[in-house]
Amino acid sequence: MRRILCALAVILSPLCAAAFPVEEEHVFPGTGAGSELWILSTTDTEYFAPLLTAFQARHPSVTIRYTVTGSASVYTAVADEGVACDLAISSAMDLQMKLANDGFALPHASAAQLPDWAQWQDRIFGFAQEPVVLVASRKALEGLALPRTRRDLIDLLRDHPGRFEGRIGTYDPLQSGAGYLFATQEARQSDSFWRLAEVMGANRPRLYASTKPMLDDLETGTLALAYNVLGSYAATRAAHDPDVALIEFEDFTLTLLRTALIPKDARNPELAGMFIDFLLSPEGRRLSGQQGGLPPVNEAALVQTPRLRPIRLDPGLLVYLDRVKRRAFLEEWAAAVKQP
Amino acid sequence: MTGRIRWRMPRAPLSLRQRLLLQLLGIAAMLAVFLYFTVRTVAGQAAETTQDGILGAATTAIAEQLRAGTEQVEIDLPYDAFSVLGSISEDRVFYRIDVGGETVTGYDDLPLPPEASGKVGPQFYTRPFRDTEVRIAAVTRQVVVAGQALPVLVLVAQTRLGQDAIAERIANRAAGLGLGFFTLALLLSLIAAGSVLAPIDRLAEAVARRGPEDLRAVDASTPRELVPLVGALNGFIARLRAALGRTETFITEAAHHIRTPLATVRAQAEIALRQSDNEATRQTLRGVIRAVEESARSATQLLDHAIVVYRSDRMTSDALDFGALVAGVVASIEPAASLKDVDLRLSPAAQPLPVTGDRALLESAVRNILDNAVKYSPEDSVVRLSLAAEDNRAVLRVEDRGRGLSGLDPASLSGRFRRGGNVADVVGSGLGLTIVTEVAAAHDGRFSLTEREGGGVCAEFSVPLQ
Repeated sequence: MRRILCALAVILSPLCAAAFPVEEEHVFPGTGAGSELWILSTTDTEYFAPLLTAFQARHPSVTIRYTVTGSASVYTAVADEGVACDLAISSAMDLQMKLANDGFALPHASAAQLPDWAQWQDRIFGFAQEPVVLVASRKALEGLALPRTRRDLIDLLRDHPGRFEGRIGTYDPLQSGAGYLFATQEARQSDSFWRLAEVMGANRPRLYASTKPMLDDLETGTLALAYNVLGSYAATRAAHDPDVALIEFEDFTLTLLRTALIPKDARNPELAGMFIDFLLSPEGRRLSGQQGGLPPVNEAALVQTPRLRPIRLDPGLLVYLDRVKRRAFLEEWAAAVKQP
Repeated sequence: MTGRIRWRMPRAPLSLRQRLLLQLLGIAAMLAVFLYFTVRTVAGQAAETTQDGILGAATTAIAEQLRAGTEQVEIDLPYDAFSVLGSISEDRVFYRIDVGGETVTGYDDLPLPPEASGKVGPQFYTRPFRDTEVRIAAVTRQVVVAGQALPVLVLVAQTRLGQDAIAERIANRAAGLGLGFFTLALLLSLIAAGSVLAPIDRLAEAVARRGPEDLRAVDASTPRELVPLVGALNGFIARLRAALGRTETFITEAAHHIRTPLATVRAQAEIALRQSDNEATRQTLRGVIRAVEESARSATQLLDHAIVVYRSDRMTSDALDFGALVAGVVASIEPAASLKDVDLRLSPAAQPLPVTGDRALLESAVRNILDNAVKYSPEDSVVRLSLAAEDNRAVLRVEDRGRGLSGLDPASLSGRFRRGGNVADVVGSGLGLTIVTEVAAAHDGRFSLTEREGGGVCAEFSVPLQ
């Protein structure tokens, strides 16, 4: 009976699990009557599929259900709606941190050795690190030097008023958890964030809830610049489209961790733990880097490239989630960006 | 009751080493346990103080950021205040900010402090919170908003997993330390017990090494604690020596007091024998003379034996010529031998025979050998004496044509008061050969009796040459 209900839930999930907006959902059926691993994720299926199929090859009986939604939705699904997914994968590190801090994550003893900034207790595991980059259309910037620092970008926008009017895209921190994390971390790291926000605001930027439509608009020429885009998605586009230029700012480039945790209502926490171990295993790291385009956690790369600043998994991430702090930040952001 | 006591097995008392070891180890174990708990407590307190310090600093940092706005208190949580909480351990962090008794932000179910502290610094307390237990720091500040002072309470809480982990790690180290300390103490105790007990072992060894008749005072140097024991031991030895000396004197005196009247009795009996014509009386007198002679001999040999026993305990070491010594004894025996018409023929050695020994003892031994030879020889016979240096020994051989050993074991004849089965008609005490054997043993010498072909015995006595 329960299995039938589950099956119904899978079929009807876009309708009945409407508590959170589902962007994509894929089911990788296993052989026979194995258990189901339900992953709720912010990472697009195409990036994760190689890992999922490789995991399934090792455990053929396991059915994998992979649901993609926004980072804010992953948080509310686990924290408020009690959605019984087995694994929550998100790029919003602060929300993952809050889930674990508030007791919504189960511990998992993993043998993998992660650097301390990429793991919190035995509850949050970073498995991929990627820079947050500026993506530019070479066509749109024809005749201009590509900006190498935030100061360059500010100068570029100041020197060419009107040229980028309505052609700058960035995350809407109100809608996107990852966008909010990038904005707050940048504001914390540097004063130039607010000047940049004002200069962008003067150009009436387009605001997006996720990366994909932003990059789509860049490719169609609607946007000339996409600010604060996840490096892995941008790299895939840049590999196929020579017009897309990927810029890691030299003053500093935030480096984000994609993290996984096991929600406390998980039905198959052991299975989820096995999947985490697989993600962190040499095989998982190789697959994720080469086939998925999600570079694995690599401390050496950070040491060699000084511009990369990892966002650390520590309780500081909770600060900008404070409702007073969040309200104040968003007000200030709106005042800077949404100019009359 | 008594029956039960009687049946209880007497327990062997613990050796000094065991007592010492047990006590030292007991002390070491106590100290190790004490060390463990001290380190644990101090380290636990230190860990808590450290974490409290950081927690308090974070709470104070938030309180310092409180600003009076136009209508309300402005709160700006400093990022680093929270970030630093994760610097030592990966503990969960909770907070709560109340303005005028109303929760403005944070976790509104975080427990409040038990009472207003009135202090400027943070107040710490531990409370259960949700599914865990947290350490909370509370700071109160007054902020003036629109002319009105509002109390603002800042609470920051942290789980204690990190501290527990530190405490456990330190406890493990402390346990290791205690165990190491105990092991070291064990080794040192073994060494200490050995060194403390060494003088006792040395004393025991010094006493055990002595010969059975060595009655000198113990003069091994001993620690002060053993001086009374050694003193008591020496007192005992002195008493024993005195008792032996008295016995010796008594035997000498007794022999002397017996021999003198016996000589008188014998002289009187011989006079009576010459004067009497009655054959029955003469026969009786001969019996008397014979008995007196036997008694005098026994007394002499008892005296000799007593001297041998007494002197072998503290022999003098004189440089002597064995040949001259034997010649002297032969000269003293000669009158008695000529009475029986026994001819003593001494063949001296080719060279002098220097030996080291006690003159009185050696003379006594040689005299007894010759005495025996003369005594058991038939009248009008020859006893041959020869001296030689053989194998670095001075050897005296005495050969008689007496009645021999009659197949008896020569060794059995040297027992005290043992006599052969064929000597009933000859006066003797059975002490003669005992004396010879004892003197030989005291001088590292040898004595043997062998049957001669054609009847008689060859007695061989030898002592090492100097």
